[in-house]
Amino acid sequence: MKWILPGIAVSLLLGANVYGSDSTKVKKKHLPEENGGIALPAGFRAIVVADNLGGARHLAVQKNGDVYVKLDNAKKGKGILRLHDKNGDGVADDVTGFANYGGTGIAIKDNYLYASSNTDVYRYKLNAKGEVIDTANAENIVTKLINRRTHNTKSLVLDNDGNIYVTIGSPSNACQLKDRTKGSPSPDPCPLLDSTGGIWQFKADKPGQSYNNGIRYATGIRNVVGLDWNQSVNELYAMQHGRDNFNTLFPEMYDEEKSADLPAEELLRIKKGDDFGWPYCYFDQFQHKKVLAPEYGGDGKKEGRCAEKKYPVYGFPAHWAPNGLLFYTGDQFPARYRNGAFIAFHGSWNRAPRPQGGYCVVFLPFNKDGMPSGEFEMFADGFAGADVSPNGARFRPCGLAQGPDGSLYISDDKKGRIWKVNYSGK
Amino acid sequence: MKILAFTIATGIAVVSMAMQTKPAAVPKQTMENGKKVYDVYCLACHQADGAGVPKMNPPLSKTQYVLGDKKRLVQIILKGMNEPLEIDGESYENTMSAHDFLSDQEVADVLTYVRNSFKNKASIVTPAEVKAVRAKLK
Repeated sequence: MKWILPGIAVSLLLGANVYGSDSTKVKKKHLPEENGGIALPAGFRAIVVADNLGGARHLAVQKNGDVYVKLDNAKKGKGILRLHDKNGDGVADDVTGFANYGGTGIAIKDNYLYASSNTDVYRYKLNAKGEVIDTANAENIVTKLINRRTHNTKSLVLDNDGNIYVTIGSPSNACQLKDRTKGSPSPDPCPLLDSTGGIWQFKADKPGQSYNNGIRYATGIRNVVGLDWNQSVNELYAMQHGRDNFNTLFPEMYDEEKSADLPAEELLRIKKGDDFGWPYCYFDQFQHKKVLAPEYGGDGKKEGRCAEKKYPVYGFPAHWAPNGLLFYTGDQFPARYRNGAFIAFHGSWNRAPRPQGGYCVVFLPFNKDGMPSGEFEMFADGFAGADVSPNGARFRPCGLAQGPDGSLYISDDKKGRIWKVNYSGK
Repeated sequence: MKILAFTIATGIAVVSMAMQTKPAAVPKQTMENGKKVYDVYCLACHQADGAGVPKMNPPLSKTQYVLGDKKRLVQIILKGMNEPLEIDGESYENTMSAHDFLSDQEVADVLTYVRNSFKNKASIVTPAEVKAVRAKLK
């Protein structure tokens, strides 16, 4: 307390001096930031829909324009926020909430709103206007999924055949008996794969499901936060968070630079029964090869069993942490964006001591066969601000959603800013 | 009024600072040795500035885990930690791995470095203190 008092007094005095002597500074401070503080390609503009919501993870936009945001931790008993725009200027002027649980996943499909905690999936019936009818009573569709803190988010997406897909991340970096501990062995086979490290399929309308009646749709996936259903080919796609700590665990094989640049963050195109190889393999985007992990006898080149694992359709820079994936189906953006993918990168930490990367939204063009048709390009940047580090970043992009008018919504889970990106050509 | 409050508060602060026992200066060599250990084993998760990673790896700056009970701190290094941990209302989810392969000297150096970096100022940790905690863990 005694330290706070002089601190306040000093800053009050300083504040009066600085701003009192220079009126332009005062004015500047109150001007809204261009595009809500992010940089966009020519012709695109962003507005801030809402700010300071808390840890805004994924979001979904209703056909009436209401935005539903899932918070990582419920605030005052509200884990889902509804942002309503009364006057049609795009900025939310009515924020209400419900659902007393934190989590990441949220989606709207066929008159239901689906949302997840870190163990369960719930759904809420919507009325003809697209509003949640009973916020107090949700159907508990999936329950008791594993939450061991690490990689515990349960992201979700729905197909067009009544199924819901839920990601269950492995509570581990590389399946070591002692996680991230130098010298601790990784068992073979990895026992975590029976109940984690994959994506599970459940019925979208049946309450009370868990491991006993869900299907392990795909395995060998370390952790997925961002996933989407690609409507143009009617298939599941997901962004894997690649493994960490090559240098700390195997300094003799991976120097700091290699450890910062490997492995790729993988974009997976997923069919039922696929195995992408974690923890035995990782994708080296420079060799364009799945190679054996050092825990399983790898030397950075050997393929071994990895030759039989399914490859990603694209490898992004390491450790960028892809938390949002969205296939764009609107017609507001120029035609080249249609059916291509936007990916929100939360931003790295495991590249340290090398400079961090990510903290951006990129675009990856796709062809009509559901394959990438070029290299990724920067779409929205500047989220971190001057200090590009996990702690110093101003914003960390997390979720993506498309509005009924073809606009793109981006959420930030650092402070809780929501942007709406429009294309005007100007 | 503001100025009066400021003067009184400053006075209290100065007196209270003088009353605190000042930690002994840390030898330069210990800090250098500690930083070497930190850069290899700690930096990847806790970052170069000790600020950690929000929601994943806790900060080392000005927390009771670092500045408080030295025995608990040594134990976290040697045994690791995998239980819910909350600092200033924020929870952290990643596992802290065990570092029992470090020598008593290395643990002492790195903890002394951490307790006197990132705006921290606290007493040194000696190899003997590390040895005593390690003996109890076995």
